[in-house]
Amino acid sequence: MKIAFTSNGKDLDSIIDARFGRCEYILIYDDLSEEIEIIENNDSAADAHGAGPKTAHKLYNSNIDVLITGNGPGGNAAKVLERSKMEIYIGAANKPIKDALDLYKENKLEKL
Amino acid sequence: MKISIASGKGGTGKTTLSTNLASYLSQNLEVVLTDLDVEEPNSGLFFSGEIVHKEDKFKMIPEWIEDKCDACGICQNACKFNAVLQFGNFISVLPELCHSCYACSELCPTDALPMITKKMGELTHKKMGNLSLIESRLTIGEEQAVPLIKQTNIYVKKYLSSAKIHIFDSPPGTSCPVIEATKHVNFVILITEPTPFGLHDLKLAVDTMREMKKDFGVVINRFGIGNDEVINYCINNGIEIIAKFPNDRRVAELYSKGELLYLQIPEFAHELEKVKNYIYDLIEEFE
Repeated sequence: MKIAFTSNGKDLDSIIDARFGRCEYILIYDDLSEEIEIIENNDSAADAHGAGPKTAHKLYNSNIDVLITGNGPGGNAAKVLERSKMEIYIGAANKPIKDALDLYKENKLEKL
Repeated sequence: MKISIASGKGGTGKTTLSTNLASYLSQNLEVVLTDLDVEEPNSGLFFSGEIVHKEDKFKMIPEWIEDKCDACGICQNACKFNAVLQFGNFISVLPELCHSCYACSELCPTDALPMITKKMGELTHKKMGNLSLIESRLTIGEEQAVPLIKQTNIYVKKYLSSAKIHIFDSPPGTSCPVIEATKHVNFVILITEPTPFGLHDLKLAVDTMREMKKDFGVVINRFGIGNDEVINYCINNGIEIIAKFPNDRRVAELYSKGELLYLQIPEFAHELEKVKNYIYDLIEEFE
């Protein structure tokens, strides 16, 4: 299963970014292989509008099963994400990714 | 003579100056006040007047026709605004992000994205004596102010170009909507307050005007609060200070009731007269 996090860094000690569309990295953790994949997202900083849908599009193309983030996607991005079957969990902002992963496994994160 | 009232920082008095100045000038001349702060137009709150015209404003957006689509992805690559995105065999169009550039529609090899109209706002034209008020209001949820500002300016040019003086109430900031609300005018009045925040955003606004090669002057509002740094900045940079409206509790009281200030606060009227004389000089120079 592929779990994505909106992240400020590239490893499991990184902190979860509250923002969806304008997070710096998307960290994807595969809980079977325990491999980490990084998607750079800093190109969205240059977009005045549409950063959310653009980030959602990247997630869609990466075949994510679960997204763990902070504030959650905004209206446009949410509309776009309806196309995917991804489960979205919010409220994990400012936590280290590895802690949020534990919370997810214990079923303690809020589902959107 | 076309004059925009702009600011950089929000809440410094653009609408206060625009409405009072337009009303004051209309005592002697035909004046058109156009509220181009389409995301939050509020000049209309200060005038009753009769509505002479009202119209819906539209923009063009692509509409996806699934049956015609080959899912080739050309449209998504053509869109620079993330308004058209491909998800497998599905094309998602986000109308609020669309800049009506037609690229996706024109480049689609199977004509699966024809352009259709979408309402983006409403324009209202009011008249009271010598004063015409044009106000455009963006529909809630729309993200693009520029197309509506552009269409509002076209309306004003088409129907009201005979007026001697045009005042344009600009949106705050220094981004595209402000450029659109100031690029067609002869002169820009930048209104600020004498505080560190006011100065910071004034500098951005001044840089913007210089980049656009616009003539501009500064009006200081809430004069008496803060410090002297706005004045020093203007002096050191050769920027004319046209007037200084005093900080006065009565301003907030009258404004909150939707009333004009110069009729009831003599100190305000005194400074407004300076702005009027400055504009009269500009007209003379211009002609």
